[in-house]
Amino acid sequence: MLLYLIKRLLYVVPIALAVSAVCFSLVFLAPGDPLSAVLPADASTEMVEKLKADYGFDKPIPVQFARWVGRAVQGDLGTSIATGRPVAIEIGRAISNTFVLAFFACAIGFTLGLFFGTVAGYFQGTWIDKLVTAIAVAGVSVPHYWLGMVLVIVFSVVLNVLPAVGMGADGSSQWAWDWEHLRFVILPAITLSMIPTGIITRTVRALVADILAREFVAALRGKGLTDRGVFMHVVKNAGPTTLAVMGVQLGYLLGGSILVETVFSWPGTGFLLNTAIFQRDVPLLQGTILFLALFFVALNLIVDLLQTLIDPRIKRS
Amino acid sequence: MNLTATLPAVVPARPAQGYWRSVLGRLVRDKVAMFCAFMLLAIVLIAIFAPWLAPYDPAAASMLKRLQPIGTEGHLLGTDELGRDLMTRLMYGGRLSLVMGIGPVVLAFVIGSLLGVTAGFAGGMVNTSIMRTVDVFYAFPSVLLAIAISGALGAGLVNALVSLTIVFIPPIVRVAESVTTQVRSLDYVEAARASGAGNAVIIRLHVLPNVVGPIFVYATGLVSVSLILASGLSFLGLGVKPPLAEWGLMLNTLRAAIYSNPWVAALPGLMIFTVSICCNLLSDGLRQAMDVTR
Repeated sequence: MLLYLIKRLLYVVPIALAVSAVCFSLVFLAPGDPLSAVLPADASTEMVEKLKADYGFDKPIPVQFARWVGRAVQGDLGTSIATGRPVAIEIGRAISNTFVLAFFACAIGFTLGLFFGTVAGYFQGTWIDKLVTAIAVAGVSVPHYWLGMVLVIVFSVVLNVLPAVGMGADGSSQWAWDWEHLRFVILPAITLSMIPTGIITRTVRALVADILAREFVAALRGKGLTDRGVFMHVVKNAGPTTLAVMGVQLGYLLGGSILVETVFSWPGTGFLLNTAIFQRDVPLLQGTILFLALFFVALNLIVDLLQTLIDPRIKRS
Repeated sequence: MNLTATLPAVVPARPAQGYWRSVLGRLVRDKVAMFCAFMLLAIVLIAIFAPWLAPYDPAAASMLKRLQPIGTEGHLLGTDELGRDLMTRLMYGGRLSLVMGIGPVVLAFVIGSLLGVTAGFAGGMVNTSIMRTVDVFYAFPSVLLAIAISGALGAGLVNALVSLTIVFIPPIVRVAESVTTQVRSLDYVEAARASGAGNAVIIRLHVLPNVVGPIFVYATGLVSVSLILASGLSFLGLGVKPPLAEWGLMLNTLRAAIYSNPWVAALPGLMIFTVSICCNLLSDGLRQAMDVTR
C-alpha cells in the first residue's frame, strides 16, 4: 500500500514533465514568429534581438525548455504578449471564475446523474429506464455550445427572465454569492452540466444493474435485509468507480468549458484561451494549457488515491 | 425448448453462419438503430448531392432578404445574416461537417490500430514506449488538447483535422493494445506458433480478425464526439473559414442574430445534434449486436 502510494506519486513527475514539454512545443506549431505580434512593422534589428533575448528565444531549444520549466516551477509563466501582464496573474483571475462555473455545473450534473442512474438501474427494462437512457444519450450527444444558444434564445430572448452573457451586472467579473450573480450562472451551468449528467447516468445505471444482478444481493435479500440495507451495499460497491468517473468529469469541465464560456462570455480560463489564440499570445496559451493540464493530472492522482483508500479490493501492484 | 428436445432429428441443421452476418442480422432487427442508420444515410446523401438538390447557390447573398424567418416564401428555412438561403447552406454545410467529424476518427482508427496492435503484439520495450507516450496525451482533457493544437496551428480545415486526429489516436491505441494483449495470450495463437506460423501470418490470420471488431465499435462511438468537437472548433473560429458553409461556423456567424431571428440561428446546431445522437444510438446498437454473450 505504502509502496503503491510512493510509486503513484513518483509517476506524476515524468507525466508532469512530459505535459510541460507538450505545452512548450506549442510554440513550434505556431506559424510565424510569436514576437511579430508585439513588434512594430518597422522594428530595428537591435530591437528584435533585445526582445528575443528578453523572451529567451535566442537560446538552444533544450535550454529554452529547461529555463521555461524552471521558471514555471516558481510560478512564473512568462508575460502575456497581448496585455503585458504576467501570465500567472491572468490565469489566477480567470481560474476562480471557471471554478465557480464548474462548481455549479458539477453540483447539477452529479446530482442528476447519480439520481437518474440509480433509478434506471433499479427499474431496469421498464419505461423509467428507457426514459432515463434517452435523457442520457441526449446529454452526451448534444453540442453543448448549441444548447447554450438555445437556452439563451428561450430564457433571455423569448421569455426575458435571465441574462444572456457575462457574470454580473455592468460587466462585473468578480464573483459574489448573491442572487444578482447567481442569475448569471444558471444558464451556463445548466449547459455545462449536460455532459456529466449523461455520462454519470450511463455509468451508474450500468453499475447498479450489474450489482443488483449479483448473487450476494439475492443472498442479502434472502437473509431478510431491508431494501435500505441492500441499497447501502449497492452504494458501497458502485462508489469507487463512480468516484473515478466524477473526478475525470470535473477535470473535463474545467478544461472543456471554453466553448460554453465563449457562448456566455464568461470571464474564465476558456475565455482567456480564446483571447490567447486570436491575439496569437503564445505565452498565455502555453501557460493556461499547462495549468489546466497539470490540474487534471493532480485530480487524477487524487481520485486514484481516494479509490485505493475506500476500496480495499483494489490491490495495486 | 422441450419441442426441440423431442424432435431433434426433424429440425434441419442450419447452415453455419458467419459472425459478421449474424451481427448484421441482429442489427437489422434493432428498430432504433435502423431508424438512425436511415437518418444518417439520408443526411449523407443530401450532403453529397447538395449541388443538385439545393434550391439556391450557397454563396448567393442578398442584402434585401437578410434574416428572413422560418417559413418565408421561397426560403422555407429562412435566410442567414447575409441573405443566403439557409436550407441550401444546411445541405452544403453537411459536407464539411461530416468530413471534419468522420475524417479524424477514420484516420485515428487506422493509425491508432496500427500502433496499438504493434504495442500489444510486440510487448516489452516497444509496448512501454508506445503506451507511455499515449499516457502523456491522456493527461489532457480532450477538448483542451484539441483547442491547444488547433489554437497553435491556427484556423483551417486541415489543421482542425490534424488536431482532432491527434486527440482520438490515444484512446484507440489503448483499446487496440488491450484487446491485442488478450488475444495474443490465447491458445489458438500459441497453437499457430507451435505449428510454425511466423509473426506476419499470426497477425494477419489470428490477431487482426479478432481485434478489429472491438476497435471498430469503439471508434464508431467516437464519431459523435468528433462531430461535436469539429463543429465546436469551427464555432470558435478554429475550423473552416467564411464564406464556406459548415454547421459549426454557421452557428458562429448566426449567433449575432439570435435577438432578431432566434430560431433560424438554432438550426445548424439542430443538424449537429441530430447526426450526433444518431451516431451514438447506431454505435450502441452495433455494440449490442456484437455482444454475443447477451
